Amino acid sequence: MSDALERIHLQIMWDRLISVVEEQGQTLMRAAFSPIVRESGDISAGIFDLEGRMMAQAVTGTPGHINTMAASVRHLIRHFPPGEAFPGDLWITNDPWIGAGHLNDFVLVKPCFLDGRVVGLNACTSHLADIGGRSFGPDAADVHEEGMFIPPMKLIEGGEINRTLMTLLRANSRVPVQNEGDLYALIACCEVGEERLGDMMREFALTSLTGLSDHIINTSREATRERLRSWPSGTWSNEMMVDGYEFEIRIAARLTIAEGALAIDFADSSPASRYGINCPLTYSQAYTVFGLKCVIAPDIPNNAGALEPFSVLAPEGSIMNASKPAPVTMRHIVGQLLPDAALGCLHRARPGSVPAEGTSVLWDLPLRGGFGIYHSSGQTRFALEMVHNGGTGARPSSDGLDATAFPSGVIGTQVELAESVAPLIVWRRELRPDSGGAGRYRGGHGQIIEVGSSENATLQLAAALDRITYPPRGREGGHDGARGILRLSSGRPLNGKGEQDIPPDETLRMESPGGGGYGDPSARDPALIAADLKSGLVTPAAAKRDYGYRH
Amino acid sequence: MTGVRLALEKAGISADAVLSVIHGTTLATNALIERRGARTALVCTRGFRDTLRLAYENRYDQYDIWLNKPEPLVPRHLTWPVTERMDVNGTPLLELDETSVLELAGKIRDEGIESVAIGLLHAYANPRHEERVRDLLLRECPDLSITLSSEACPEVREYERLTTTVCNAYVRPLMARYLGALAAELAGAGISGPLLLMTSGGSICSLETAVSLPVRLVESGPSAGAVLAARVAGRCGESRVLSYDMGGTTAKICMIDDARPQTARIFEIARAARFMKGSGMTVRLPVIEMIEIGAGGGSIAGVDGLGRISVGPRSAGSEPGPSCYARGGTDATVTDADLVLGRLEATGFAGGSMTLDADAARQAIRQDIAVPLSMDVMAGALGMSEVVDENMASAAQVHAVERGKVLRQCTMIAFGGAGPLHACRMAEKLGIRRVVIPLHPGVGSAVGMLRAPVAFEVVRSRYMTLATFDAAAVAGIYSSMAEEASAIVRQGAGDVPLEERRSCFMRYLGQGHEIEVPVSGGTIDDGERKVLQAAYDDEYARQYSRSVPGMDVEILGWKLVVAAPLPDDPETLMTAAKDEGVTGSPRRHVVDPATGQMMDVPVFGRESLAPGAVFEGPCIITEGQTTTVVTASFHGRIDRHGYIVLEVREATPS
Repeated sequence: MSDALERIHLQIMWDRLISVVEEQGQTLMRAAFSPIVRESGDISAGIFDLEGRMMAQAVTGTPGHINTMAASVRHLIRHFPPGEAFPGDLWITNDPWIGAGHLNDFVLVKPCFLDGRVVGLNACTSHLADIGGRSFGPDAADVHEEGMFIPPMKLIEGGEINRTLMTLLRANSRVPVQNEGDLYALIACCEVGEERLGDMMREFALTSLTGLSDHIINTSREATRERLRSWPSGTWSNEMMVDGYEFEIRIAARLTIAEGALAIDFADSSPASRYGINCPLTYSQAYTVFGLKCVIAPDIPNNAGALEPFSVLAPEGSIMNASKPAPVTMRHIVGQLLPDAALGCLHRARPGSVPAEGTSVLWDLPLRGGFGIYHSSGQTRFALEMVHNGGTGARPSSDGLDATAFPSGVIGTQVELAESVAPLIVWRRELRPDSGGAGRYRGGHGQIIEVGSSENATLQLAAALDRITYPPRGREGGHDGARGILRLSSGRPLNGKGEQDIPPDETLRMESPGGGGYGDPSARDPALIAADLKSGLVTPAAAKRDYGYRH
Repeated sequence: MTGVRLALEKAGISADAVLSVIHGTTLATNALIERRGARTALVCTRGFRDTLRLAYENRYDQYDIWLNKPEPLVPRHLTWPVTERMDVNGTPLLELDETSVLELAGKIRDEGIESVAIGLLHAYANPRHEERVRDLLLRECPDLSITLSSEACPEVREYERLTTTVCNAYVRPLMARYLGALAAELAGAGISGPLLLMTSGGSICSLETAVSLPVRLVESGPSAGAVLAARVAGRCGESRVLSYDMGGTTAKICMIDDARPQTARIFEIARAARFMKGSGMTVRLPVIEMIEIGAGGGSIAGVDGLGRISVGPRSAGSEPGPSCYARGGTDATVTDADLVLGRLEATGFAGGSMTLDADAARQAIRQDIAVPLSMDVMAGALGMSEVVDENMASAAQVHAVERGKVLRQCTMIAFGGAGPLHACRMAEKLGIRRVVIPLHPGVGSAVGMLRAPVAFEVVRSRYMTLATFDAAAVAGIYSSMAEEASAIVRQGAGDVPLEERRSCFMRYLGQGHEIEVPVSGGTIDDGERKVLQAAYDDEYARQYSRSVPGMDVEILGWKLVVAAPLPDDPETLMTAAKDEGVTGSPRRHVVDPATGQMMDVPVFGRESLAPGAVFEGPCIITEGQTTTVVTASFHGRIDRHGYIVLEVREATPS
């Protein structure tokens, strides 16, 4: 019985840790100010052992935080050995190469004490609304233009908050009060984690996390290896072109599965851009592994063991491994495309195992007005990010999802709320007919949004959109999804990337891409075609052209 | 109706002595889950035909790339745009094009539409266009059932407002027929008192309200349980309570402050993945806020790919039920574990109507848990029980944190068929120091309905910040809401003095969650701005331990609850004898969850425990519909209400 009881307790403690990180995540979400946090859960929280191995992590909105955190803590304990920590210490950084890929993301790590001894660490990450610099957009020339850079530092030392640092942080933001609120939310999150971890250790009379950590990590690693062993061994390649900024980007992936491990190498991909769409390697790793894990081991809890069998490489200086001081603010525009590149390799390893390519990048519209030269014109000053998406790729046995986020987990903006908080009028938000790639299973549809100022004023758009030149591709004979379109009501096209003005007498019209189709369109069930025609999401002309369908 | 007649006969009461009939029904919920509602169309603003399908643009499970989202209740070809547009302040940007409305009449007839939802942008700010569409359609199709978004849910956020409106339209014809027929039959049986309906918000409403806003009747069953717990809390003088109701398939958890269940304004119906947040249709209506976990007596256990014991959410239900029911079920369920662990007695289950088969329970646990994990049956059963308790405790903990509550300061009120069996262990895991088991814990919901007030809640969106606070506008909103709500409450409560409770939903400019803050009664003037600022700062500091000075606060909506007085409390106090220790006569072997060892513990029949009786854990208290397990860290007594009150022994560290 005692051996069995011990195993039961290990499971219960593991479950408890997952509950503690969820609780930390909720604490952070509740008290956070930054809109992207509340709308999209752009945060993470996790618990680590003293070696910096991640034991549990909250399941929250954005993959960019999910797996970068595992690496962040290992970096930070090199700066601050836990053995030298004092109760009440708290470390902070927004270094994109240590944290979550851009300066807006702050990582806090707290050594956790039990009865005066350091026993573990907990960490949390959140996106702060503004950290100065050129503001949220891809146009900076290097990371120093992108805002204030905080190397690993002590935000709290022995319970005393670093007032100098707080003063600097306030002074270097356009929204100092919000930022301060967000930092306190992060601090509260770490404190909850330490308290609840202590409660659990006392309940089970633990003095060290090592045994539990070994159990969690070994179990998860072995289960993940087992899944990988069920895949064929070998090496497969895939290439994908996407729009990029000043040049088109080639994403070349080479994936190897052997002996219960998976390695993917982005050698031969494009070099870093001069604009802020570059990824630090940690961020590329996070998104790539997230995409792979969705297919290979979606149910295995995220921790150091579950991540260990995956390795992601990219040559230094490439766009997936840009070196400091490359600009990185909009790194998600490339990061979110990496799962499509990786899944394309898995498709070759085992056809029928993954969806077609989808829009993958957010089709969000960061709009501003009343700043800078427009400040004195009486225009309302506002900044609002309208978060939207295109269609996802068709699956091997079902259609793609219309206007749905993947791999990101964000939540779309509601029109009435946007108009309540910003001087905007949205004239249209509807699905975009015929945009889902035709196939035996059809790609999800994109959407059409038209938006203008309610004050007859100039709006500024900081665009970071993709799949305007290169659409999401279909698989196995499925057609490509429709390309995205970004233009003014006059018909003048806008660039997919960069800051641009929308004149007072015009509206902005965006049509987000559709997902790729899967399988030969001629094999599509006529009942599904008829249903699409009835809904109006496929037009008779397209049904005839793509499916040879006659009513 | 047969049931009503039988009940009257059995109780020896004549029909004309019935003052009112309170009815809780699952008909609306089931019609939504099973998609058996009316053929419904939606009229929307041109350019916004896909609001229901776009929803939140997300997947409800981050790692699941294979999921499908529920289809909207109204298909796209029955979603019809009309030309019009209101702005955020309710000023028309485009006047309603009436010819675009009149064209719909033909379609309504051709498509055989029975019910129409009208959901235009910003209609909460100005319902004029919606009302005009309704009038025009009724002129053409006088028998049409019509629901306006400005009536069903006059709140900002189009996806949730339209979903609420469409759900209402979808069940309205069905509910009108059903409730009309029921009222007629009651009248035919000589019952002249009004028919009142239980709502999801934990209050009761009149027949008229139920017929026009039937969406408010969904999920009224679980809310009745929370109403019961609230009354128990009030009697015991417990100001902070965790209500814990565990039945055959699920456990429901609700926070109760000052004898009032925590309420919310948002709620999901018909989840595609039963316990997965975000997989259902999100509606905005007054609801008792509770979480439902797939953890009940019938929850099925197994071993997952990582060699971990999993319990639920799949359930054996009551047919075939747990293996020990010996009705053909072969799955290992929580009830099977409770039996193997000695917490349940094989004889006398369910009021003596059933004898449990312990061999069948052992066999199921052996095969599904013990063999795969190479442990003995007792350890397997203990593992199942610990896992299900941990699942419930963890869900309760996260729920409390989301609401800014501290569970270890709460008293637990436990009921439902399986609640008292698992209450002490849950309390230990949550650091809760007092557990109350009310009378008749097995049938909480039915009793709760008799304790619900007649009340109606309205919320209106009118955006302002404290800096732009407009006292006249707020006064106007409250006077029109009071008129609407009082008329509705009087239909059910008659001419009694009514209580009004005002509040509003505030947040720092740009912050995530709104918090509910009380608004002064009586006349609203400019002074209210200061009152609200202070109330907001207090409430914010209470929930988050700090306020943020210098930050403007925005107000998203205004709420009014109008309620009739609570019904009289029929329960009488028992005279408590002096505290007297009792010892159980039969004894039973029960597993100690902390050590896994068998303990020999006393068993009491609840009917033998008079007020004033005191006893020590570990022990077991049996009664008709359930069993209370008192673990070793608790001791207990029977209070003057006849409730079992269990408290952590002071000597025991929590």
